[in-house]
This record gives sequence, C-alpha cells and structure tokens, in this order.
Amino acid sequence: MSESATPTQKGQDFEQVLDQSDAKVAAFEVKHHTVLQRIQHVLHNNPTLVPVIVLVLSLFAFGLIAGGKFFSPFNLSLIMQQVSIIGMLAAAQSLIIITAGIDLSVAAIMVLMSVIMGNLGVNLGLPTPIAIAVGLIGGAAAGMMNGLLITKIKLPPFITTLGTWSIFFALNLWLSGAQSIRSQDIDEKAPLLKFFGNAVSFGGARITFGVVLMVAIFGVLWYMLNKTAWGRHVYAIGDDKDAAEMSGIRTDRTLVTVYMLAGLVCAIAGWASVGRVGSISPQSFYEGNLQSITAVVIGGISLFGGRGSIMGALFGALIVGVFQSGLRLAGVDVLWQVFAIGWLIIIAVAIDQWIRRVSA
Amino acid sequence: MTTPVVQARGIVKRYGHVTAIDHSDFELRAGEVLAVIGDNGAGKSSIVKAICGATTPDEGEILIEGKPVRFNSPIEAREMGIEIVYQNLALSPALSIADNMFTGREIRKEGWQGKYLRMLDKPAMEKFARDKLTELGLMTVQSIKQPVETLSGGQRQGVAVARAAAFATKFIIMDEPTAALGVKESRKVLELIQDVRARGIPIILISHNMPHVFEVADRIHIHRLGKRLCTIDPKDYTMSDAVAFMTGAKEPPAEDAA
Ligand SMILES: Nc1ncnc2c1ncn2[C@@H]1O[C@H](COP(=O)(O)OP(=O)(O)O)[C@@H](O)[C@H]1O
Ligand SMILES: [Mg+2]
Repeated sequence: MSESATPTQKGQDFEQVLDQSDAKVAAFEVKHHTVLQRIQHVLHNNPTLVPVIVLVLSLFAFGLIAGGKFFSPFNLSLIMQQVSIIGMLAAAQSLIIITAGIDLSVAAIMVLMSVIMGNLGVNLGLPTPIAIAVGLIGGAAAGMMNGLLITKIKLPPFITTLGTWSIFFALNLWLSGAQSIRSQDIDEKAPLLKFFGNAVSFGGARITFGVVLMVAIFGVLWYMLNKTAWGRHVYAIGDDKDAAEMSGIRTDRTLVTVYMLAGLVCAIAGWASVGRVGSISPQSFYEGNLQSITAVVIGGISLFGGRGSIMGALFGALIVGVFQSGLRLAGVDVLWQVFAIGWLIIIAVAIDQWIRRVSA
Repeated sequence: MTTPVVQARGIVKRYGHVTAIDHSDFELRAGEVLAVIGDNGAGKSSIVKAICGATTPDEGEILIEGKPVRFNSPIEAREMGIEIVYQNLALSPALSIADNMFTGREIRKEGWQGKYLRMLDKPAMEKFARDKLTELGLMTVQSIKQPVETLSGGQRQGVAVARAAAFATKFIIMDEPTAALGVKESRKVLELIQDVRARGIPIILISHNMPHVFEVADRIHIHRLGKRLCTIDPKDYTMSDAVAFMTGAKEPPAEDAA
C-alpha cells in the first residue's frame, strides 16, 4: 500500500462517482422472475403446499380408480385410524429433523414405553394412571438420553439413535420376556390403557380418540414451533447451529428439550397404540422409525434442517395412508404400494432440493 | 478525561502453545470509532473476543465503564448492552428479518397469552424491526417477513448491523464488516457506522481496508505480535505509515500517540 491520499478526506476519489449511481444499495427490491422461478419462490415460502396438493390429487385419483368405496365415510375414517400412530411418531420425528437431526429410536421408545405401561398396569397390577405416568416420564427420559449424548458427548444424531434404538429394543424384549400382553388381560386389569381406542361414530365414520389425539399433538407442536421463542430457536438451530449460538441461543439446552419432547410424544403414541392394536406386543411397529421418516420427508420437511412445517408431516402420513388404502381397494398387489411410496420419497426429496436452490 | 468505555490491561490468551494475546492493553473511549488493524494472525479477533465474552482471557483485567467484569459467555456481555457483528454475521438464513433481529430476546405478548402460552408478539417485533431498518435507511418496502437468505450480501450485513445498533447501549464490535462486500455495499456499511457513532454509541472496527479505516476511525489501535503496538490519530499519519508500523517496517511512535 502506498497511498498518498490525505487521510482526513471523506470518502475516496475513486468512489465519488458512486453519487451518480443507483442509490438503492440495500433496498429490498422486488425482482421479476420467470413462471418457474415464481413457483419455486411460492413453494419456498409455503413448504406445506406440495404435500397438500399431492394429498388432494391422490384423493381424487383414488376416488376415480377405486370408486365410491374409497370415498365412503367409513374408509376415510379408517385411513385416519391407520395413520394415527405413525402420525404421532412423525410429529416427534419432525421436531428432531427440523433441528437437522434424525431419530432412529422413535418407534423403539414408543414400544418400550407401551411395554412398561403394560407391565406395571397389567402384570404388576399397579393403578393404571401410575403405570401411564411412569411410561410418559420414561419416554421423556429416553429422549433426554439421546439429547445429552448428542450435545454433551457430541455424537452425531444418526449414530446416537442407531445405538439407542438397539438399546431400547433390547430392554423392551427383556422387560416383556418377548411375550405379548393379551387384549383380554388389558380389558380386565387396566382398561384405561385402551382409552384411545374408544371412538365416536356418525354417518358411517368412526373417529377414534387416537385420531383426535394425533391431530391435537400436531396442533400443540405447531403452536410451539411457530408462536413461541423456543420454536424459533429450534428452527434457527436447524438452520445454522453456530450462528444460533452466536446470536445468543443456548443451543445445547434447547436441543435437549427437543429430544425430551420428542421422547414424550413417542410415549404418548405408545399409550395410544394399545388402543389401536388392542394388545401390547414387543415386536410391533418394527418399521415405525422408517415410516415416521417417510411421512416427514413426503411432508416437505427438509432433512437438512431449519425448513418445513410440522403440519407437512401430518399430510405426509395421510398421503401414505391414502396410497395404501386406494391401491388396496383398487386391487393392486401390496408390493406396488411399497413401490409407490418409494417413488414418493424420492420425488419429495428432489422437490426439496429444488426449492432450496431458490435464487435471491 | 471521562472514564473509558472499555479499559483492558495485561490481557493474555493462550491456545495450547500459541499465545494469541501477549500482555496486551486495550482502550475504547466514549463516542469514538476505534479501528483495530494488524497483520493476519496478529490477534485482533482474539482480543475482541476476550472483551465480549466469547472467550475468557487467561490473565489480565477488563473494566467496562470503570467496573471490572468477567464474562463467561457473549450472552452475559449482551445483557450489558455490548453487541458484536461477527465476520460471518451469525444470521439464520431461513428465518425472517424480524426473527433474526430478535433471536434470543424475543418479545412475548402481554397478558395471559404471553404468560401462560408464551405467545410471541410478532406484530410488535415486526414493527420494531421495520422502524430500526428505516432509521438506518435500509427499508424501502414492507418485507420484514422475508427470509434473510433472499437478501444480498450487503443487505444481510445491514440486518446484522441493524440488530447490533438496535440493542447496543454500551458499544458495538464489528469484525471485518466490509471484507466480503462490493464497493457500493461497503459504502453503505461505512455510512451505518457513522450513523451509529452519531447516536453516541462507540464502535470497535476491525478492518484490513486502510481507506475505510482512515475514513471513519477517530483513533487507530495497531496490533502486532499479540499486543498493542501503539494507537495513532489518523489525522497525523498516512496509510503507508500505518502499514509500516503494523508490519514492523518502521519504528512506532510512543505508545499513546493518540
Ligand atoms: N480457537 C483457537 N485455537 C487455536 N489457535 C487460535 C484460536 N484462535 C486464534 N488462534 C491463533 O491465535 C493467533 C491470533 O489469531 P486471531 O486473533 O484470529 O488473529 P487476527 O484476527 O488478527 O487475524 C493466530 O496464530 C491463530 O492461529
Ligand atoms: Mg480475525
């Protein structure tokens, strides 16, 4: 550097011409885009739009293919019942995925807690409310274990929950002795465990309390994520953890609360699953982890974190339910249902990648 | 003379075998823009991090407005009204401008909704953010809900500076705020610095850009080999003098030339 410029001079000579240039440096200008770019922008701002459109289109498509049976109140309410448990797991999974994590242990926590509730309430004959309370606290504790391993020991969420999945599954087999608890025994000793299997019926539709519970869980979590500071912090952490830390968020503490809340939701799902399935089986929902991730991804929640609405996971779970029901009613082999879900996942992730590439 | 805003004496910070700060002093006075210059690795970032609580110094004392402080995190410094604009800005790209301005200090609704449901007062936060950006001349359309990732580099810098300016009551630290910006965007940030000073908030500006430093600084702190070499008044020296001091090509003046 060898400037001979007078140091006190305001601004530099070579910058004087800037006075004549466009003054709107930092104006938030509205640019004009092509139709495709505009669609990209709209989807970027409303990440739930894709799953909603897919859901509506698939409803119409299967209505046409499978006919009136599909649109009957009975069948539509049956789809809701079928997705209710995976839907709750997907709600828990969404919380984790929004923080840019992943939880492979959600279904293991759910089944383990339902086994604990059954052991205490049915086998040991404790008052059912105590059995349920222990299960719910256990769910939060299991989530806390995941959260502490991830934040304090700094293990990647994928590896941590791969490990705890096995641990929780082994505990579950040990506590249950690999035996199911029969439906009649539950009815006799702890009918409260089947509370969420109760239903109200009208006009052919049968709405179980479990379905109502699932919708309520999504409603409460949506509120927490969108209307409270905690929720904004969860998104900020998923977006850029270091930036969140530097702007004053206690990121580790928040992450532990996220995993605990997810664990609690899994335990609630465990309670509801007794009503849905009827019995308590340690071998049930073995694919629940992957099904919950499927619902989240089809729901437009980015696996890279920080993006997407939890309501997307509800629509994602419903889309899977609609495909399965519609293809079955149309008489299509089960393998093609699995085939279709696979394509849905791939298309959903491809759309997410495209939306994330939105230009400034 | 009034008490300096920041006064640090004998600060030492070691990272393993590296002594990043070696018994350095530091002083920021009321109402001034203090530029901190020095070669790469001289320890500029390390000393401001020690001052704002991002790291804890191994030795030495820091006085803020005459009172000794010992911050354990930047959150504690922030509670005292000290703001830092990091070189990488520390914004959350997918969140809106308003959300970013209030990260970690959100406003809750009054009454039961805020108290029991912890509901955020989004309208109040959006209005505050819009007012602050307007004050700093950054606002032309109502787009406060726009995600930060849709802004240009200069606009993001504007949001980060606006956030610091909105909440700082003691002083603001800016680490290389113009390093990644184009000519026009840099100019805007320099204007923002002058606006903030005009409101009486002192600024510590780390920069490699001599023209920018000489344009806005009231005093220049020259950092070399982990400590303060000297402070100079930009009116008394040329840019080549400053560069010569900071690289060791020329003997510095007495430590307190300014
Ligand atoms: N977190 C850290 N760990 C180890 N060494 C560090 C760390 N931060 C800074 N240093 C070292 O301290 C010295 C001063 O760095 P820094 O303060 O970043 O300099 P400057 O900002 O002036 O370029 C450098 O040698 C750097 O490598
Ligand atoms: Mg630096």
